[in-house]
Amino acid sequence: MSDKMINLKINNNDVSVPEGTTILEAARSVGIEIPTLCYLKEINEIGACRICVVEVKGQRSLVAACVFPVGEGMEIQTASPLVLKSRKLTLELILSTHKRECLSCVRSGNCELQRLCNEFKVDDESYYDGFNNEYEVDDSAVHMQRDNNKCILCRRCVAACCAWQSVSVIGTNDRGFDTHIGCAFEKDLSEVACVSCGQCIVVCPTGAIHEKDQTDEVWEALADPSKHVIVQTSPSTRVTLGECFGMPVGTNVQGKMVAALRRLGFDGVYDTDFAADLTIMEEAHEFVERVKTGGTLPMITSCSPGWVKFCEHQYPDFIPNLSTCKSPQQMFGAIAKSWYAEKKGIDPKDVYVVGAMPCTAKKFEVGRDAAETWTQVDVDVALTTRELGRMIQRAGILFTELPDEDFDNPFEESTGAAVIFGATGGVMEAALRTAVEVIAGDELPSVDFTEVRGTQGIKEATYSVGELTVNVCVASGLANARQVLDSVRSGEKQYHFIEIMGCPGGCINGGGQPVQPAAVRNFVDLKKVRAASLYEADKGMAVRKSHESPLMKLIYDEFLGEPGSPKAHELLHTHYKKRSRH
Amino acid sequence: MANKKTNIPFSGTAEQETALRAAIGELKGEKGSLIAILQRAQEIYGYLPIEVQTIISDETGIPLEEIYGVATFYAQFSLNPKGQYQISCCLGTACYVKGAGDFFDKISDELGIGSGECTPDGKFSLEACRCIGACGLAPVLTVNEDVYGRLTQDEVNQILAKY
Repeated sequence: MSDKMINLKINNNDVSVPEGTTILEAARSVGIEIPTLCYLKEINEIGACRICVVEVKGQRSLVAACVFPVGEGMEIQTASPLVLKSRKLTLELILSTHKRECLSCVRSGNCELQRLCNEFKVDDESYYDGFNNEYEVDDSAVHMQRDNNKCILCRRCVAACCAWQSVSVIGTNDRGFDTHIGCAFEKDLSEVACVSCGQCIVVCPTGAIHEKDQTDEVWEALADPSKHVIVQTSPSTRVTLGECFGMPVGTNVQGKMVAALRRLGFDGVYDTDFAADLTIMEEAHEFVERVKTGGTLPMITSCSPGWVKFCEHQYPDFIPNLSTCKSPQQMFGAIAKSWYAEKKGIDPKDVYVVGAMPCTAKKFEVGRDAAETWTQVDVDVALTTRELGRMIQRAGILFTELPDEDFDNPFEESTGAAVIFGATGGVMEAALRTAVEVIAGDELPSVDFTEVRGTQGIKEATYSVGELTVNVCVASGLANARQVLDSVRSGEKQYHFIEIMGCPGGCINGGGQPVQPAAVRNFVDLKKVRAASLYEADKGMAVRKSHESPLMKLIYDEFLGEPGSPKAHELLHTHYKKRSRH
Repeated sequence: MANKKTNIPFSGTAEQETALRAAIGELKGEKGSLIAILQRAQEIYGYLPIEVQTIISDETGIPLEEIYGVATFYAQFSLNPKGQYQISCCLGTACYVKGAGDFFDKISDELGIGSGECTPDGKFSLEACRCIGACGLAPVLTVNEDVYGRLTQDEVNQILAKY
């Protein structure tokens, strides 16, 4: 943005903003929110929905504030009778083709269209009744449903799928009144190369796209006395769950979350962080083995199931580079149904593991062929943070009033290394903390690897691990992953170790996280605020390196032997398969 | 939405594929060349089935959905082959007020295909067109070069039976 300042008037107030600012941003800077539906900063600036129209003196017609840049001396009215009338008419027209299921809709109370209709007093009377296209609900995918009858054609999902993720399996098909969002040749989502990341869900303004709700399965399990139902919470869920209860973005609610889960009736409330430490033990060991034995490099992390599926569809030639380690969620399940069940004297078949995850791809991951301990699935149900929030609400638990409680033993001990798994760069940093000390035998002067922190899409650094010089790269968001892999494939870049997380910014911004409306997204960097909370938690941990966790020592001594042992391979490692590109 | 994959088996030849790949090779470097590539592909195959669009996607790196989105946006592109006999039913204003809509529905029911589609045996394809300049004969339809005007509902079967 340029240094030159532009002076203008908004609703008769003097405003001064840098050249290039849009009317929308200029108004926001003086405390005026202009409503939007299609606008998503940087990826969907198309001025299509016409909700953000404002009056600019001298302009022939109303202009779209989301894309119209300010000019010197401009006089703008953001809420004149003409503007309000236009917005109301637009809302009435959008509502006329919208399936109104607002009482039971999953987004009721958190729907951008509902909010605007309420603010503009648009009732659901049938002013514009007429022919409507009827669409079948696509519930073919394991992780989500799409109901085009609730779609307002804002194209935010398409922008997320194409611009952030370069997955590009959804787009606009047909034209005019028949225009709809769909896949090539109207295939179902399960038939295309969708990676289940769920970024389309978190940007949808309405209830047209949402995760497959599995809360009923969990209620049922909780009510079954023959089952030992335990829950594991991912590193990032603790810094986002509070948003479901109106708490500020980035609030760490670990203690209240544990208290709420206990009140839901889980037989054990555990932390996935323990399994993140385990992942580091296995992954750091695997990396060293690959370096020592001339194995395939660069090694690429495999914690993010959206990324793993993307790799299988789009870059199958990189499958040998993927770490064979299961993700922390799956490792937790495998240990829960072996070591834990044995210790507790419970038949593994009766252990029911629920994951509280930031992620919709975790729903796909629990069903992966390889994710099995003997004949059992590692994890029975993976819930998103949103589903967990809904369960807590339905049970009448007053979340904000809960005391802070601690996780249950035996998985209560975890490290700072594990908690940062939830943000881009976190897995790399955790691995480096262990790799440098264990492999090289050097005591780290500082555990902070700040070069791999931050919300940039691609980060690079070079570290010394003993006698080795290790080039690392960290990417989040699959469009960035694509760029990194292309540069490795062409030989332009040489790395030893790459961390990839499917969602931009990592799990803290995952497709299963609480939905923030565009009015928040466009002005608050969710990635940054949520990640800051995780790094704050890391700083406060007594143990910050996975290999120093007493629990790791115990589990390897008692059960697994060494990292990379046959037992560890049987339980904690997996394999991948090539999938179709389209 | 019903799956739009055509019900006609793909019968592209090696020559057609070679021609398509050559056309893509020639055009793909240019920005915004997708429409030109689709036009050439349709010249070669007569329509744009999934097999053809997949080749275009693989060769250009443009996602298949994006190509499909363009192909379904423009009326000039067809996802179905043309039949041996191409029926064009005029739904222009004059024909429409003379009941061409019902007439079109009757043909559609009779053949079991919608607008832009082709019967599985490849014999008939059906299209709704706009004014063909024969309003005096409304309602009117054409089968290849043959023109039928001042139609009545019961003539549908007679006309189809001729082919």
